[in-house]
Amino acid sequence: MLAFIVSAIRLGMTLLFGSTGETITEKSGHLNLGIPGIMCVGASCGCYAEYIYIDSVVSKGLEINSILAVLIPVLATLIGGAIMGVLFSFLTVTLHANQNVTGLAITTLGVGISDYMIDKTDLIYIRGAAYFKASLPFASKLGWFGEVFFSHGVLVYLAIIIAVVTSFILNRTRIGLHLRAVGENPATADAAGINVSLYRYVATSIGCGIAGLGGLSFIMDYLNGNWEYVIDDIGWLAIALVIFTVWKPNFAIIGSIIFGGLYIASSYITGVSFAGKELFKMLPYIVTIIVLIFTSMRSKKKNQPPQSLGLPYFREER
Amino acid sequence: MFKNALKNKTPLIRVVKRGRDALPWQFGILVRAIAIISALIVSGIIIMMLSGKNPIEVYASMFDGVFGTPRRIWNTLQNTVILLCISLAVTPAFKMRFWNCGAEGQVLVGGLATVSVMMFLGDKLPLPLLLVIMLAASVLAGMIWALIPAVFKSIWNTNETLFTLMMNYVAIQLVAYFLKVFAKDGSGVLKPMPQFGLPVIGKYQFLLNIIIVAVVTVIVYIYLKYSKHGYEISVVGESENTAKYIGIGVKKVIIRTLAVSGAICGITGLLLVGGTDHTISTSTVGGQGFTAIMVSWLAKFNPIYMVLTSFLIVFLDRGAGQIATKFSIPSSISDIVTGIILLFIIGCEFFLTYKIVISKSGREEK
Repeated sequence: MLAFIVSAIRLGMTLLFGSTGETITEKSGHLNLGIPGIMCVGASCGCYAEYIYIDSVVSKGLEINSILAVLIPVLATLIGGAIMGVLFSFLTVTLHANQNVTGLAITTLGVGISDYMIDKTDLIYIRGAAYFKASLPFASKLGWFGEVFFSHGVLVYLAIIIAVVTSFILNRTRIGLHLRAVGENPATADAAGINVSLYRYVATSIGCGIAGLGGLSFIMDYLNGNWEYVIDDIGWLAIALVIFTVWKPNFAIIGSIIFGGLYIASSYITGVSFAGKELFKMLPYIVTIIVLIFTSMRSKKKNQPPQSLGLPYFREER
Repeated sequence: MFKNALKNKTPLIRVVKRGRDALPWQFGILVRAIAIISALIVSGIIIMMLSGKNPIEVYASMFDGVFGTPRRIWNTLQNTVILLCISLAVTPAFKMRFWNCGAEGQVLVGGLATVSVMMFLGDKLPLPLLLVIMLAASVLAGMIWALIPAVFKSIWNTNETLFTLMMNYVAIQLVAYFLKVFAKDGSGVLKPMPQFGLPVIGKYQFLLNIIIVAVVTVIVYIYLKYSKHGYEISVVGESENTAKYIGIGVKKVIIRTLAVSGAICGITGLLLVGGTDHTISTSTVGGQGFTAIMVSWLAKFNPIYMVLTSFLIVFLDRGAGQIATKFSIPSSISDIVTGIILLFIIGCEFFLTYKIVISKSGREEK
C-alpha cells in the first residue's frame, strides 16, 4: 500500500507538471494538443544536457556536482519546451493557424525529435537519474510519514511549488487577471489595452516549458532514467487532468495523485484477472469524461473552460 | 517613415483579411507549392546535418521507397486509402466545427466489432451473410462511439475536442481487454483469420479496399456539396445562430452528422480488420485518427483534395521509412520530416487567408 501511494505521488507529479503547463496555456485561450510532443522534447532536451554534462565532467576526470547535474537538465528542458511553445504560438497567434491541427503536428514533430535525440539503451541516464532522486537524509527515519512526504526527488517538490505559484498568479495578481481575460474574451481584453498576442505567446511558452519538465520528471524520477515507456500517453493524460481539475492548478496537486493512482492501480490490485487489469487502465479517462459532462451540465460559471478556448483572435474580424 | 506611421496610429505592417473570392486559384497552388518546397529544403538540410548524406540522393530513395516495386505501390495505395477514409469520416463533423478528435477510437471499435463477428460467427454462417453482419456491426459500433460525445454536445454543450480525445483511450483499453479475453493462450495477440476476411479481387489483396474508399469519397463529396444535409452542416458550421434563425434543428444536425462520421469510421475499421490485417491490436489504427484531422484540414474539407493531401502524408511517411532503412538513420526521421512539412503547410495558409499591407504614407489604404 505504501509503495502504491509513493508511486502514485511520483507519477502524479509528472502529470502535475504537464497539467499546470497546459492550464497556463489554456487560460490564454490556447488549446495546445501538442503537449505530448512537448513533453517528449522537454525530456529529451533535459536528458541530452545531462548526457553532455556527465560525459564532459567524467572525461576530464572531475567530480560531478550534484546540484549542477539537476540544474542543467532542468534549464535545458525549460528552454526546449519553451522553444516548442514559441513555435506553436508563432503558428497560431502570428499566422492565425488552427490550434488543433498545429498542436497535433507539434506532437508528431516532438515525438520524432525525441526518438531521434535519445539513445534509449544508454545507461548514462540511469546514472543521471540518481541525482534527481536524491532525497532528504532524514526521510527514512520517519517511517511511513517520511516515506510519503520526504522521500522524493527534487522534481516532485518543484512540481508542487510551481502549481501553488501558478494558482496564486492566476487568481491573485493583475497578470493573472489579464491572462484570464485574454482566454475568456480576447476582444474585450484587447479593448482594455491588454496585449493579447504578447500574453498568448508568453503564457504558451512558459506553459510548454513547465510541461516539458513533466517529461523530464517522468524519465528521470518515475522511470529512474529508463526510456522504456513512451511519454506521449502521459501527455494525453495530463491534458485530461486539466479538465478533471476544472482548470485549477491547486486542485491539480490532489487530482494528479488521484490520476497517478488510477493509472497504476491495475498493477497493484490483486484478485483481478489479467484481462480485467486492462479495464482498470480505462479509469482515468472515464473519470475525466464524467467530470467533463458534470461541469458542462451544472454550467457553473466558475468551473467552465476558458470561453474562447481553441479560438483564434484576429482584431479586425467581427 | 516609421515615425510618421506612428503619429497617424497606423502600424507600418498590418495584416488584413482577404475577401472571399479575391484570390485566383493559381495563387493558392503557388503558395502551397512554395511551402512544400521550402519544407523539403529545410528537412533536406536537417537530414544532411544529421546523416551527412546528400539530400538529393535521400529524396531519390524516398521515391524508390514509395514507387520502387509493384508491391510498394500497392502498399502506398492501401495506406493512402485507409488514411483517406478516416479523413472523409471526420470531415462532415469538422465542417460543422465539431472537432472530432476521436476517429482513432471510432475506427478501433469498428475493427473490434468486425473481429468479434469473425471470431464468434465465422464458422457458423455462410460468407456472404457473415460479411453483411460484419459491415452492420462495424458501422453500428463506430456510430455509437461517435454518438456518445455528440449527444452530450448537443444537450449540454460538453466540449467535444476533449470528450472525443478521451474516448480514444477508452477504446484502446477496450481492445486491450478483449484481446486478453479472446486470445486463449493469454498472450494478448490474436491470430489472423484471413478465411473470414473480405473477398480478394483477382490477385490484388487491396483492390477491394481501394474501390470501396473511392465510392465513399464520391458519396461524401456529393453528400456535403449537393444534399440538403450537407447544406445544413455548412450553415451550422458558419454560424449556429443563423442556423437556428432559419429553422435548422442544430441538435438534430449535430447528432445526425456524427452518426455519419462514426459510420464511416466504422467502415474504415472493417477495411483495416476485415480487408487488411484480419486481426486487431491496440495499434491497428496507429495514430492515423490524428493524422486524418490534419489531412482533412489541409484539404479545406474538400473530399477530392483529400486524395492529394492523404497521398502527400503517406508519401512522406513511407518515403522517410525507406530513407531510414537505407541510410541507417533512426526511423524517427520520418516523424520529424512529416512534422516540419505539416507545420510549413499549416503556416502557409496564413498567406492565403490574409494579406500583409505595408503602409507607405501612414494613411489608411485599401
